[in-house]
Amino acid sequence: MIEVRHLTKHYGDKHAVNDISFTVEDGEILGFLGPNGAGKSTTMNMLTGYISSTSGTALINGVDILEDPIKAKSYIGYLPELPPLYLDMTVKGYLHYIYDLKKCKLPRRAHLNEVMTLTQISDVQDRLIKNLSKGYRQRVGLAQALIGNPPVLILDEPTVGMDPRQIQEILSLIKKLGRNHSVILSSHILSEIQATCDRIIIINHGVVAAHDTADNLSKNVSADHRVLARIEGPREEIVKALRNIDGIRYCRADMEREPGVFEYELEAAPGYDIRRQLFDIVCEHHWYLLSLRSAELTLEDVFLKITMGEGIVLPDADKQAAAQTEEG
Amino acid sequence: MGAIYRREIGAYFTSSIAYIFLAVFWTFSGWFFYAASLTAGTTDMSGMFQSLFLVIIFLIPILTMRLFSEEKKQKTEQGLLTAPVSLGEIVFGKYFAALTLYTIAILMPFVYAMIMSSFGHVEWGIVFANFLALFLLGAAFIAVGTLISALTENQIAAAVMSFVALMALYMLDLVGGLINIVWVQNLLKSLSFYTKYYSVTVGLFNVSTVVFYLSVAFIFNYLTIRVFERRRWS
Repeated sequence: MIEVRHLTKHYGDKHAVNDISFTVEDGEILGFLGPNGAGKSTTMNMLTGYISSTSGTALINGVDILEDPIKAKSYIGYLPELPPLYLDMTVKGYLHYIYDLKKCKLPRRAHLNEVMTLTQISDVQDRLIKNLSKGYRQRVGLAQALIGNPPVLILDEPTVGMDPRQIQEILSLIKKLGRNHSVILSSHILSEIQATCDRIIIINHGVVAAHDTADNLSKNVSADHRVLARIEGPREEIVKALRNIDGIRYCRADMEREPGVFEYELEAAPGYDIRRQLFDIVCEHHWYLLSLRSAELTLEDVFLKITMGEGIVLPDADKQAAAQTEEG
Repeated sequence: MGAIYRREIGAYFTSSIAYIFLAVFWTFSGWFFYAASLTAGTTDMSGMFQSLFLVIIFLIPILTMRLFSEEKKQKTEQGLLTAPVSLGEIVFGKYFAALTLYTIAILMPFVYAMIMSSFGHVEWGIVFANFLALFLLGAAFIAVGTLISALTENQIAAAVMSFVALMALYMLDLVGGLINIVWVQNLLKSLSFYTKYYSVTVGLFNVSTVVFYLSVAFIFNYLTIRVFERRRWS
């Protein structure tokens, strides 16, 4: 379990991280999302005791990282942005070293074999790390974090340099680990985060810009219920009929996608689900509904909207801002 | 501490620094042993021990240059500083690894003494006192080199800076001789690394020498720990 309260880091008068608070329960994966230089790595470095915070606290399994760093660190498996690998060691030699460094008590051979199997590096265990590809190095870095079976895993861009198949494997491993660990996972790649994480925090300019589940994030930003429908039939009549749906705000025909088939963009007032009515209308007139999809924003759109500073304030960020003013 | 110590010893040998260090040290000590004892036909090795002072000023920077600078450059420092170990364990693990290799090197004079013992009488007490002084001097110098290695991420810069620092310590009383203020002269003289070492090689071994070198070793290791603490809090 990770508890972060009002964590702040200043370098001189530059605010690298400003008043970040969140909690990660056991068996939960939290995604850390943000553009480069947003403060993701700085936050992770503070959680793992690599750098100190200017103010605020970080508790790892209830232990303050600054008050009892050795105990707190023993609960953490950390994969930094650049895996801390000694290039002139073999994979096995390196993992033995980490095992000793962490003063691990688990049965040595069995545990190391288990970790190497999980991260699929058993076949390179006798090779020098400097001869490994980036994807393999990254996996050795992940193996290093898993040694000692720490209850908290902090992974800074674990999939960098891997091919798509490896990414899939590592993400499913992380997902599996997430069942009985507290995991923080940072990434630039939204689809990875969306597929893996229970909750997402978007960090921008050192502050939490959004904090919610992936689905809610998309819903909140798209606010209005928008639908894209592809219907075969006479364009003018269809538009006229669709404008009669309850709660509809606007309806317009888009391009002709196939001969006689147009795409219609519909937007309803918040709280209205217009899909059933739409279907009924199409049936009544004996037109054909060829496709129907919701035009909710994807996480990608959300991310861009939030980080490009389009001024979208999410309910959660709202609450936080309120809390801040109360305290201030 | 054990893990860091063992890895460091291993790294000395895989990076071949250990071989270079031992080969150069043994070459010089062998040469001085030959020149000062064998050709002179004496079992007195103080000449050799005196000469070794300058040799270790050149060689200890090689031993300490990569201790921390390499960690910083390869970004492995982060793994070390986020592992559940104290800064003291990290610094002393590395320090003792360097000290171990140094001790292996300076055991060689015992081999010379054994060779000589088959030709004449060897004063083992004096040999041992000299060895102890050389060991303590090295212990202090390695601590200085370790601190300097923690200040840069460039091995060569660390080596050059350590060399300059050790040279400065060596010349403390030479500098003292140039300054015509009595208390400054006395202060520098009492801090002199060379005078203390030299008096042991001519047969004056006293406890203050031991205390002095050990204190220097302790102070510089403590400063290294402080460097990492400060960096974390900056």
